Amino acid sequence: MNTQLYDKLIFELSRPGCRGYALPDENRADEGLGDIKTLPEQLLRESEPELPRVDEPTLVRHYTNSSTNNFGVDTGFYPLGSCTMKYNPKINEELAAGFASELHPLQPADTVQGALEVYWRLQKALSTIGGMAEFTLNPHAGAQGELTGLMVIKSYHNSREDYGRTRILVPDSAHGTNPASAACAGYEVVEVHSMPDGTVDVEDLKSKLDSSVAALMMTNPNTVGMFERNIPVIAEAVHAVGALLYYDGANLNPLLGVARPGDMGFDVMHINLHKTFATPHGGGGPGAGPVGVRAGLEQFLPNPRVLQAPDGTLYVNEQDSACGRVSAWLGNYTVFVKALAYIYTLGACGLRYVGPLATLNANYIMHSLCDLYELPIPGPCKHEFVFDGLKDKSTGVTTLNIAKALLDCGFHAPTIYFPLLFHESLMIEPTETESRRTLDDFISAMRDIAGRAASEPDSVRTEPHHTPVRHPDDTEAALHPRLTWSDLKC
Amino acid sequence: MDTPSHPYFPHTAEDIAAMLERCGVKTVEELYSDVPDSVLFRGHYELPSAMSESELRRFFKQLARKDRELICFAGAGFYQHYTPAVIPALLSRSEFYTAYTPYQPEISQGTLQYIFEYQSIMCALTGMDVCNASMYDGSTATAEAMMMAVNSLKRRRRVLISATVNPLVAQVVNTYASYNNVTVEVLPEKDGITDREALRSMLGAGDVAAVIVATPNYFGILEDYTGLADEVHAAKALLIMNAHATTLSVLRTPADWGADIACGEAQSLGLPLNYGGPYLGYLSCRRQFMRKMPGRIVGATTDDRGQRVFVLTLQAREQHIRREKATSNICSNQGIMTLHAVMYASLMGPEGLRRVNGAGASGMRRLAAELCLTGKMRLKYPDRPYLNEALFEMADGYSADTLINEAARAGILAGVRVGLNGLLVAVTEQQNEEDIKAYIKVVNSLKKENS
Repeated sequence: MNTQLYDKLIFELSRPGCRGYALPDENRADEGLGDIKTLPEQLLRESEPELPRVDEPTLVRHYTNSSTNNFGVDTGFYPLGSCTMKYNPKINEELAAGFASELHPLQPADTVQGALEVYWRLQKALSTIGGMAEFTLNPHAGAQGELTGLMVIKSYHNSREDYGRTRILVPDSAHGTNPASAACAGYEVVEVHSMPDGTVDVEDLKSKLDSSVAALMMTNPNTVGMFERNIPVIAEAVHAVGALLYYDGANLNPLLGVARPGDMGFDVMHINLHKTFATPHGGGGPGAGPVGVRAGLEQFLPNPRVLQAPDGTLYVNEQDSACGRVSAWLGNYTVFVKALAYIYTLGACGLRYVGPLATLNANYIMHSLCDLYELPIPGPCKHEFVFDGLKDKSTGVTTLNIAKALLDCGFHAPTIYFPLLFHESLMIEPTETESRRTLDDFISAMRDIAGRAASEPDSVRTEPHHTPVRHPDDTEAALHPRLTWSDLKC
Repeated sequence: MDTPSHPYFPHTAEDIAAMLERCGVKTVEELYSDVPDSVLFRGHYELPSAMSESELRRFFKQLARKDRELICFAGAGFYQHYTPAVIPALLSRSEFYTAYTPYQPEISQGTLQYIFEYQSIMCALTGMDVCNASMYDGSTATAEAMMMAVNSLKRRRRVLISATVNPLVAQVVNTYASYNNVTVEVLPEKDGITDREALRSMLGAGDVAAVIVATPNYFGILEDYTGLADEVHAAKALLIMNAHATTLSVLRTPADWGADIACGEAQSLGLPLNYGGPYLGYLSCRRQFMRKMPGRIVGATTDDRGQRVFVLTLQAREQHIRREKATSNICSNQGIMTLHAVMYASLMGPEGLRRVNGAGASGMRRLAAELCLTGKMRLKYPDRPYLNEALFEMADGYSADTLINEAARAGILAGVRVGLNGLLVAVTEQQNEEDIKAYIKVVNSLKKENS
């Protein structure tokens, strides 16, 4: 990370006459431009698009400098709750870059058997890890996985001519995508209350379960990091009214080696490969949100599906019973290569350490800080936990101040003001790839911030002091949106 | 739990013992004491045992041998362009690819800057005012555009999609619509272009929310949309135009055609084919629809030192604030692919991008002329203007499937079959004279089939 902001835009480095490309046959290109000019005038662009004109060294230096304004998992500790910011193995990047890069999605299946085998092997691996019958890897992200899973659920009910199920139940602690996905799938969202310990209130759930409910969406462990210990009872109650149980896989990491959603009674689930299976977040993608189903629901998975013929050959299939199509082809393919490489690197035995170590790391931080930070829900957490701000509420130092003070200490901030169950939520998820030394450094920083909150609250309230950017004016950004280079020039 | 021994786990036996003690438990299993016995997993994952890096490399090398890279004359929405080496080199900077969504602007200006650049570049190409960052792919971007239009016009839930839009895109639009009580009707085509007569009568009912068309269309044809926006707007509906990003450096922009929303696939900005992904969908619109837009948007502002900085903005539209009332369930996605597109467009510049189109157009004309000379296939719509892609139909007695198979044997991907016996063929700067000759050779050797 830079100490000073590198603040240029590529447009500001543009100079007429500069170019960063060379084409194989420039005469042919210019001949073609001549051909294009003979097309009817109204089909053609009137003026050139305003794109930068830069040489290659200028571009390389620009993005290299710009990258130093950023903070990634490789830079430092990223305890962002519910995001599972674990180490992204380098070998996976290398393998993915070289694999299938020149394969066109619509090539004949007999010329892409290797590519299809990656898909097939990964869906098999996720099935054994999730305790499900089959996975589709097509959804591009966790949110699209949720949407796809709900489409599968609707298709299942429709196939039984059970058309009255218009509602989806969602706990009040759920990730924001759950209610948003349910709305996108055309459902009415009904909230289920939490108990004081953060788990689902089974009595409230039961009072809302009837034949109008299509499914209950759950995260387990939930967003406060607690295992929903009533899950056997919940599954039974949901199934008793003919509804299905959906598993939001955002918090799957602590269950690796411990429990499987399929064994808990979940019918449909999604997995975020960019969380549990170590594929990089990429500053916001590409991720992947594979969806798994229990036996009996496979035919509702979206088109296209990768299937295996009796002779072992793989082929791409489409069928009418599918819930529809959610991607042009098979999704974010290279992400699958990375996830498969991760799974095979750890192997059947190595994967079993992932959940326990992630849980150990989270509990270690929780126990090291709960004397200074308010722990609203005690008891062993799983991969993450939530503090409700500082224990000492008299300092006026908020969760936002603590998050920004951590930036000054060289840490990424935890997830803040989520879940909505508490006013000052500070949600911390360390993952299993952090060392005890890193955790100790973080714990010291958090203790130091708590101490300074008491002794010099004004100083903490004005942090960060040392980052290259301080206190951006969000109100101004939203009031007078300037969203492009043209807007800036006005 | 015994002590793990793997390069990804930093814990020593001593660490684990000390940490357990801090937690007040004797074993890690105690931390799971709240998990009911009945759901504990005591079996074994059906997976191979751990592979070392060298074993993993060998495994993937063997898998790759089952694939065949072909000289690519297929398009159908996905085009093989050259990726300059600087792009993967810079994308591999882990400050970029190991970062999360830029929620903390103080330490995320790298990501925020390139997203702002991406929005600027896509607006320059489409002629629109606002662009989000970003969508999964061109098909879902079009589905989101459809939902955005429906949500902008309350009470209208009928959408028309031209039969000349890529069928893979149309299927995704249909899927999203069917779960949202939106009716999608196909606007028929006539001689390869959208049937404007049919459009007029379908608009007549006065309940259409949006009309979706494409440029170039699925058959590679550049449709003349003169007057289309006026007709659509007269019926108080919105015009959505799906366009391949790269072609917009030479083609009339969706904004100039009068479209309200532009969307589509930006894979053609030098993103590798990657057997279907990750690609990059884009969605841009006129300023008046800005607050109806799904997904992330980055805006400029200043910080307390007076520096120009960038932040995620207009977040009141989004799922993490609005939950079920959000404009979409979409979060961040394809982040690093926007950087890929930005770097490609910047290296090419306006002139390079135009010349890439020129190379494709010239190659396609050359190939089309030669293919027609073989007498075994002909242009399906010989009078329609095209850029770098065109639809052929096989002459009597010749089969498109046979051609695809024979060509694959010769190391060539001949195109994508369309309908019973049509072949959609595309050329980019990547296929040279020799490649074109090799293609012609395959067609020349094609034998008539007994029917």
